[in-house]
Amino acid sequence: MSLVAATATATASAVTAAPATSLAADTHGFLSPTGVEIAFLLVGLVTFGAALVTVTTRQLVHAALWLVVTLGGLAVEYLLLTAEFIAWVQVLIYVGSVVVLLLFGLMLTRAPIGRSPDADSGNRWAALTVAVASAAALVWVVVDAFRATWIDLDGPAAGSTAVTGASLFQNWVLPFEALSVLLLAALVGAIVLSRKAKAESSSPPVNSRAGSGSSPSVPDSRNHPSGRKEPAQATDPVQATDQVGTTDPAEQEGAR
Amino acid sequence: MTDALDVTLRLLIVFVVFLTFPLIVGQTEHKVMAHMQGRLGPMYAGGFHGWAQLVADGVKFAQKEDVVPAGADRRVFQLAPAVALLPYLVVLLAIPIGPGEGAVGQVLDAGVFFVLAVMGVGVLGSLMAGWASANKFSLLGGLRTAAQLLAYELPMLLTAASVAMAAGTVSLPGILDAFQWWWLPWQIVGAIVFFVAGLAELQRPPFDMPVADSEIIFGAYTEYTGLRFALFLLAEYAGIIVLCGLTTVLFLGGWHGPWGSDGLGWVWTLLKTAVLAFLVIWLRVTYPRLREDQLQKLSWTLLVPLSLAQIALTGIVKVVIS
Repeated sequence: MSLVAATATATASAVTAAPATSLAADTHGFLSPTGVEIAFLLVGLVTFGAALVTVTTRQLVHAALWLVVTLGGLAVEYLLLTAEFIAWVQVLIYVGSVVVLLLFGLMLTRAPIGRSPDADSGNRWAALTVAVASAAALVWVVVDAFRATWIDLDGPAAGSTAVTGASLFQNWVLPFEALSVLLLAALVGAIVLSRKAKAESSSPPVNSRAGSGSSPSVPDSRNHPSGRKEPAQATDPVQATDQVGTTDPAEQEGAR
Repeated sequence: MTDALDVTLRLLIVFVVFLTFPLIVGQTEHKVMAHMQGRLGPMYAGGFHGWAQLVADGVKFAQKEDVVPAGADRRVFQLAPAVALLPYLVVLLAIPIGPGEGAVGQVLDAGVFFVLAVMGVGVLGSLMAGWASANKFSLLGGLRTAAQLLAYELPMLLTAASVAMAAGTVSLPGILDAFQWWWLPWQIVGAIVFFVAGLAELQRPPFDMPVADSEIIFGAYTEYTGLRFALFLLAEYAGIIVLCGLTTVLFLGGWHGPWGSDGLGWVWTLLKTAVLAFLVIWLRVTYPRLREDQLQKLSWTLLVPLSLAQIALTGIVKVVIS
């Protein structure tokens, strides 16, 4: 479900990008758009298309890969707007980490090749409504806020690292700190939740190894075959990978 | 016109470096590993000490049939090697080998972020290969790749941020311009963490759990044959070049040296990169493979705290000297 949420966000931002572009191009010089503006429009269209495919494709992993194209397209748009720093951070965080995490989750749980019949959601119209509404709200806010703001694409970069850093830590330092606190809270919450689940799963006497706190060792479970059928205690990624590492190949085949 | 010529020339040079240096590292690996194990290594191809062994390997790979398994996801399977290889080519563009603008493919304002971001994209190739092969060993390899990337990306970023803090810029030539010799002891912990994390991201031994041949054949690349397989191997060796070059630039002062750094700065860069590449090979011969849980433990309980400590140290020194 997190995939749906992520793709919906991506679509929303892609939708935001496309109309904002055309507006800028139209008012600035309708008959003589510069090369950058044309490139911006074309990349926007590609990004939009990729976002659409992301939410409509029936193949789960393909959706994640199209999400890579979408997020990469957005990075290119940032680049074209001279926001180099933001562009590379976008690639680093979203393409390099978020999508890898997403793919990891998909492959760990289920990643069938070919179509997934249950990849279709019954909520598609509700989702579409929400996506269109949030896109409209975003477009409206952005257009309203930056109606009279122009980026001089030929001048010095307006989004260089120095400029971005200065504006972030001079004008926007309070929201920045609030966001850090929010992320910290999420992190602490995740740790609390995972430890809670671990404590619960270790309460039956059969599963004595989970409560010991030390990292589970693979050869250990090999030497004691009886320990292999213990209930899944995959609460954190480290253990999760361990579980997969020891899973019987035949079981893995069956899952696919 | 001269602009276009300049750009073309730079791209051409970077491309040639991209095609030759990984082969040199590969050949060195053959010979160094052999001699460390009391063997001779390749001796016949090309005549003199088997210098053309990898060329012969390339010819062999090109002749092999390019097989796509029947159950595989065809397009993703075929695209994966390109996704794995191209990021390293792009990263090479941003690594400066000498002083001045003439010695770097492209000066980037946010160079550190660029190289780390693009290197992270390369791992997507392994993930795609692992999934699209429709093979349980490939899938396991892909999973291990992803887990490894998630664990080791963070210390890499943190230590790179430490250098950026020290230099007051995130541009790679800017960092080199600000470099002083005493940064070496100052950032040494960061350098080691960066190098180790980079090795893990490249899946080089002792961090080659994702391709552990005794358990999962060749991980995500199990089903690949011919040129596509060769491309994955090339990506690994190009990754070594990129990692060693980056460590050189960020932590070892790049073209700075005790003497002659103005005219012959590029020699220093190449020398330091070569020494680091030798170290990569040496580590492969020396250390046994880390198990998956040891791998994760090393990252989260050792490298991440060390890199945070390095950032704290950098911050304190920076405040004291300014």
